[in-house]
Amino acid sequence: MTGGAILEVRDLHVSLPGGRRSAPVPVVRGVSLTLRAGEVLGIVGESGAGKTMTALSLLGLTPPGAVVRGSVRLLGTELVGLPVRELAQQRGRRIAMVFQDPLTAFTPVRRVGDQIGEALRIHQRPRPTRESALRRAVGLLESVGVPEPDRAARAYPHELSGGLRQRAMIAMAVANRPDVIVADEPTSALDVTVQAQVLDALAVARKATGAALLLVSHDLGVIAGAADRVAVMYAGRIVESAPVDDLFSRPRMPYTLGLIGSVPRLDDVGTLTPVPGTPPAPGTAPPGCSFAPRCPIADAHCEEAEPPLARVSGTTAVAVPGAGDRHLAACFHTGTTARHTAQELFPPAVPGERSGGPVAGSKPGAGAAKAAIAGAKATAPGLRPGADHVLRITGLTKSYPLPRRSGLRLRRRPAEALHAVERADLHVRRGETVALVGESGAGKSTTLSEVIAFAAPEAGRIEILGHDTAHLRRADVRGLRGRVQLVLQDPMAALDPRMTVGAIIAEPLLAQRTDKARAAARTPELLRQVGLDPSAAGRYPHEFSGGQRQRIAFARALAVEPELLLLDEPVSALDVSVQAGILELLRRLKRELGPACLFVTHDLAVVRQIADRLVVMYGGRTIESGGVTEVFTRPRHPYTKALLSAVPLPDPRAERARERIILPGDPPRAGGGTAGCLFRARCPVYQTAAPEARALCERETPIPAGRSADDPHVAACHFPYPDGKAPLRHRPASKGQL
Amino acid sequence: MVGRLSQRLIHSAILLVVSTLLSYLVSSAALDPRAYFADRQPPPPAASVDRELASLRLDEREPVLDRFAHWSWHALHGDLGRTIDGASVNDEFGRRVGVSVRLLLIGTLVGTGLGVLAGVWAAVRRGRLPDRMLTVFSFLVLSVPTFVLALLLKDGALQLNQAVGHTVIRYTGESTPGRSGGLLSHLQDRAGHLVLPAATVALGSIASYSRYQRGATLDVLGSDHLRTAQAKGLTPGRALLRHGLRTSLIPMTTFFSFGFLTLFTGSVFAEQIFGWPGMGSWFMDAAQKGDVNSVVAVNLFASVTVLLAGLVADVLLVVLDPRVRRG
Repeated sequence: MTGGAILEVRDLHVSLPGGRRSAPVPVVRGVSLTLRAGEVLGIVGESGAGKTMTALSLLGLTPPGAVVRGSVRLLGTELVGLPVRELAQQRGRRIAMVFQDPLTAFTPVRRVGDQIGEALRIHQRPRPTRESALRRAVGLLESVGVPEPDRAARAYPHELSGGLRQRAMIAMAVANRPDVIVADEPTSALDVTVQAQVLDALAVARKATGAALLLVSHDLGVIAGAADRVAVMYAGRIVESAPVDDLFSRPRMPYTLGLIGSVPRLDDVGTLTPVPGTPPAPGTAPPGCSFAPRCPIADAHCEEAEPPLARVSGTTAVAVPGAGDRHLAACFHTGTTARHTAQELFPPAVPGERSGGPVAGSKPGAGAAKAAIAGAKATAPGLRPGADHVLRITGLTKSYPLPRRSGLRLRRRPAEALHAVERADLHVRRGETVALVGESGAGKSTTLSEVIAFAAPEAGRIEILGHDTAHLRRADVRGLRGRVQLVLQDPMAALDPRMTVGAIIAEPLLAQRTDKARAAARTPELLRQVGLDPSAAGRYPHEFSGGQRQRIAFARALAVEPELLLLDEPVSALDVSVQAGILELLRRLKRELGPACLFVTHDLAVVRQIADRLVVMYGGRTIESGGVTEVFTRPRHPYTKALLSAVPLPDPRAERARERIILPGDPPRAGGGTAGCLFRARCPVYQTAAPEARALCERETPIPAGRSADDPHVAACHFPYPDGKAPLRHRPASKGQL
Repeated sequence: MVGRLSQRLIHSAILLVVSTLLSYLVSSAALDPRAYFADRQPPPPAASVDRELASLRLDEREPVLDRFAHWSWHALHGDLGRTIDGASVNDEFGRRVGVSVRLLLIGTLVGTGLGVLAGVWAAVRRGRLPDRMLTVFSFLVLSVPTFVLALLLKDGALQLNQAVGHTVIRYTGESTPGRSGGLLSHLQDRAGHLVLPAATVALGSIASYSRYQRGATLDVLGSDHLRTAQAKGLTPGRALLRHGLRTSLIPMTTFFSFGFLTLFTGSVFAEQIFGWPGMGSWFMDAAQKGDVNSVVAVNLFASVTVLLAGLVADVLLVVLDPRVRRG
């Protein structure tokens, strides 16, 4: 499968201009790698590690002002320092690139087919005519699995969905049968079921052209499933590189070990190992090993000299530059790493992050917090009698009017509407964590914003702590707002940059008319609770890292001891090693303070780690709900099953064995008054069902139902999987409604 | 597209009616035709002034809405009334409109064309000498009022002609009266007369368009799709030409419809200063005389051209950007 070296990168350095009067910032520092024919080399690392800049510099596409040193040899041609004209001849023909965001990567004003055809017309000689290039573009689109390739070729980029656009981007990259494809986070902007399609298309295109692939990703699952060899980048360097199985099963560099240990897994609920601290900002790497400040086994030597990337053999490292198949690591202590598990090296009990200032030295004031909660509970108005639900949503519907089509109209037509949420059901019991999952457009965020609106919904009923939102008075709303708190995805945007952390945390208390002195007295305790040093109170949000800011957001939410915590993708914006820390924090807070949580996320692996129950949404409808373990091991709705099967596992062996259901098409924007089951267009069960069974799916909207009347695990499907294996084919599981 | 256009045309028609009404009301209130007649030497008897004003329907003692109703009724039938000297406004309009349209068209084409080119050039050479020079030029031009600019140009041409010894650049009128010779000679003569007024009208546009286009191009230069075009194998220059230029022109269409108004104002000064018998100089004369009907006629012309410019901008936007095509 693999042959000789096609792309050889030696000692690549990239510096970006640092602004007026400051030195250039090194972002790639001495990267060497070899890509052989037909091989997939994965580059993995967290944000700021230099992955993207490495990828861009291979094609000479670094931003203006960047200084590139070192050597990039593509089939014997040195690309660094090549004149623009000659470099252009290599790009697209011998080395092609797939970018992260396929919406912005295509020129918005030209047809997709023309843009793919242009790639052919640039390089093919004799130059194909516009028509023949367009015909071949249609063929290329078909080869990467684009349905109706004719129509897609005639479409403008904005008319295609994200998945189709990314497949068109792949078709464009392989148009000239390049030797090397560089893919920079090709699926990071896509939904998980669409990601599965695109990875599939990438593999198909690669096999058809025999191109070698350099796959850059932050997602260890994607890398584990697609790569033959993996290079781990940290602070602009490759710190470990090995065949994929070796890397995942026997990592030798502590960072790799911690990184793998910090990834939540869909197939396992384990202890996540947050790597304390944050990577150094580019240009601020310490003189020695850049990981040393975060490393549990670093010694004085590590802080003085930067370890070279050397071959790992037993307990000693032997320098063999350019070794291909071997396991390389840039660490003085590969032997020590080999003898430990991630949990041993990165014990998750350490609260907080070590570097960057606020250090949590003492144990969090759990006892004090509990006492405070107990006191508060005694005085606060409790639930209405008989209500053990902190949140109960039934039949919730929310639609948005679509902009009316322009043009002359003599008669008024009724405005069309987009049904973002349609008859959704959801409930959260006291102390429980419920995950609301779904792909983009499923209605998760709309559901959440309907809850925090504290107003009567368009249709259906929302009960918060036993109060129907349709009959709330202003005073009730104020009281309820103190008992329901929100944590958002982007902690930078959610914290006022002009307020000190102390003021931010005290604000919800002041809003509930707690006096200033008491609010100020609570602040140090709250900061300790979320693993930050009380001295953080006097500082501003920008002085903290992303993970620390999210901790501040948690402290703010917890200040009023809420009974219900609404979490909107709270870890999605964070790097995985930081995410692990926040998830551990959330687990601990749940244990110590016990608020009920509604956790909105698209990440199923995170759900597995944190939630008790989950509710799956599709096209604005809730289609399955039940206990996490139950739903994950025995999904009943075909969509849930496909969704679970689409999540890549950060373990090459498990990843190879994973059953994949690749759904066709894209998640619907929203259902909106459609008769029948919304999922049937993509449903594998529907596709193979008998005509009379299909008629039922087309005619009747399935209502959620369990196997028995009191079964908490319900699915809205006419033909649910009875035990997660084979679907029922003949008997409708529920009486549908029209 | 047709629906959108027809909707747009109806909006334009409504705007035209409103603008005409307003310009009639404002000119009737601000101008004093009685003074024009009364100030003649020897002073005419009051009764004859009244008679003349009444025959032109300019008597301020008649309610202004009645006068407007009378004027607009005739205007709807294609008659814009009489000038204060008793001539037909229609005839005067016909003589002058071509002159202004020529100047406006050339000013617009040269102004937008050179402005866009200069902007792209400055963006590509960002921070280097050409960019800085263009920046200085733009701010100079934009900070000098149009009539000062026209006078400076005129003075420059005068000095040039004196230095050379014969007339290279002409600065009075649209053509040399009574010039003989073939078509070529006439064209040459007209071009010689055109340089300064066209420059006066276009310079402001070049200055402002180049600033906007520079910004729009810089946005595009950093965009993902231009990087993709280069990754396909286009050289940076070709990538910008084929994939960047059109996207960078999209925001310019909005600016075009606003910029036209400034350009129109500039042409009024240019006509007056360089002695072109166009709508602009008519407007100046008529305003001095208190000739309400002529002023309203010029305003009508201005409204139509500005609305047309807006329409052109809308059509351009739809042509350039497929994302706004809908319904």
